[in-house]
Amino acid sequence: MTAPVVEVTKAVVGYDDRIVLRDVSLTVERGDVVAILGANGSGKSTLVRSILRLVPLSAGEITLFGDRRFKSWERVGYVPQRIGAGAGVPATVAEVVGSGLVARRGIFRLPRAADRAAVARALAAVGLADRAGDPVASLSGGQQQRTLIARALAGQPELLVLDEPTAGVDAASQAAFAGALGEFVAGGGTVLLVAHELGPLKPVISRCVVVHHGEIAHEGHVPAPAGHHADPGHDHVHPHAPAEQGMWGA
Amino acid sequence: MSIFANEFMIRALIGAVVIGLTAPALGIYLVQRRMSLIGDGVGHVALTGVGVGLLLDRSPVLTAVIVSAIGAIAIELIRERGRTSGDVALALLFYGGIAGGVMLVGLSGSRSNANLMTYLFGSLATTSRSDLVLIIVLGAVVLGLALGLRPALFAASHDEEYARVSGLPVRALNLLVAVLTAVTVTISMRAVGLLLVSALMVVPVATAQQVARGFVATMGLAMVLGVAAAGSGVWLAWEIDTALGATIVVLAIAGFLLVALGVAAVRAVRKRAALRAARPVAAEPEPHEVVLDRG
Repeated sequence: MTAPVVEVTKAVVGYDDRIVLRDVSLTVERGDVVAILGANGSGKSTLVRSILRLVPLSAGEITLFGDRRFKSWERVGYVPQRIGAGAGVPATVAEVVGSGLVARRGIFRLPRAADRAAVARALAAVGLADRAGDPVASLSGGQQQRTLIARALAGQPELLVLDEPTAGVDAASQAAFAGALGEFVAGGGTVLLVAHELGPLKPVISRCVVVHHGEIAHEGHVPAPAGHHADPGHDHVHPHAPAEQGMWGA
Repeated sequence: MSIFANEFMIRALIGAVVIGLTAPALGIYLVQRRMSLIGDGVGHVALTGVGVGLLLDRSPVLTAVIVSAIGAIAIELIRERGRTSGDVALALLFYGGIAGGVMLVGLSGSRSNANLMTYLFGSLATTSRSDLVLIIVLGAVVLGLALGLRPALFAASHDEEYARVSGLPVRALNLLVAVLTAVTVTISMRAVGLLLVSALMVVPVATAQQVARGFVATMGLAMVLGVAAAGSGVWLAWEIDTALGATIVVLAIAGFLLVALGVAAVRAVRKRAALRAARPVAAEPEPHEVVLDRG
């Protein structure tokens, strides 16, 4: 029997005396598509960040692919919430996606034809093949998010970890994203994603974990939407979401 | 007299060109991390190194490399913690560096103000033959690493958190950039001066990123602009007898302003053309009365 892709055992995370996660246990098997849901500040992002070793554990244990001292990071693709703050110098879409291949290739090697092909494939998978040479800053919020997904896919990971991939993303980008995710899962990939709402991703999600006040409050099937969220015509609008180009973009 | 008739002028020119090529190639990673002023801080710390060298009667360039590298590593470790107290810690390091340097230079045998000024603002005549060899060798090392490790350094500077998760040795890469910054500052100090070194790392990049679409394009253009500013700076400083560092930096900033004006002009022309093209579509609607009358 193969080890679970992710196994969190009684994990505790605290920042300066404040406990953010208490006694959380979670198992993600190969081929699972697990959505971590919860309100802002529930600890859902912290859970994912601790799995990625970006946040240290105060207690408990997390194994990746059965390894407590996991080092094979090329097996993991990470999609952060938005582009890093260090984007002071312009970078093209292809350059950003290509940065997902550096660790796998080795830092002393320059990109080769195979790397360029991998970048082109990843961009095609998210529907941005024609934007490869454009500056990332000229893309809409949704297209920038797709660029980050392509960066994670380019390295052909086995586990994809996404932090709020659909927050503030236009419908076209959400559909393109759901398609890319479906393809990844069909190819045998495992997905762990943090979400505020599932939207068009719902059909690909196999299990939901609801985090509330740093604890797992619910685990199982995708919960049915409640209240006015359940209305068929409900359009979940976030006024603070970045404006999309879609209609007005050149 | 021709500029090339003087051996020291040729040395200054070669040194300036090496620096003009190297400083933006490294500086682009600092700009990308929004740490444009770090080079300035490392320059302040390097002055203490110069003081130590003069006091011990050793090569000031060598001691400046060592002291500023230690300072740059300290700055990087403070930055890594990302706490607000880091701001004050950096200020202490910067001012401690320059104050300590001025005191140590004063304590050493060469207590003339003119000597201190050449380290602070650079000079045409101070590049000795051994200095030039050191500038070329260290410049080649910095350039080789800045270009050769470009994909990794780009990834670590663009999105540090992602780079960490993807398995890159982000900390080692950041410390490498810190040490290379110290080396660049030190080799540039004879020509440009410690107080203006940072400008040559930042201004060409700022100019290039106004017109370039990608990172590699920005880097290449910034290096061309750096060499152009440094080379023409040596010539102009010779012709009108001004301080070399200040002349190079003024030229670099003039280039920035020219490009900024050019970009603004092109945008204005494009906007006008777009408006003209759109005019038939956005024709004034007929008054309501006319429409109603027709019905």
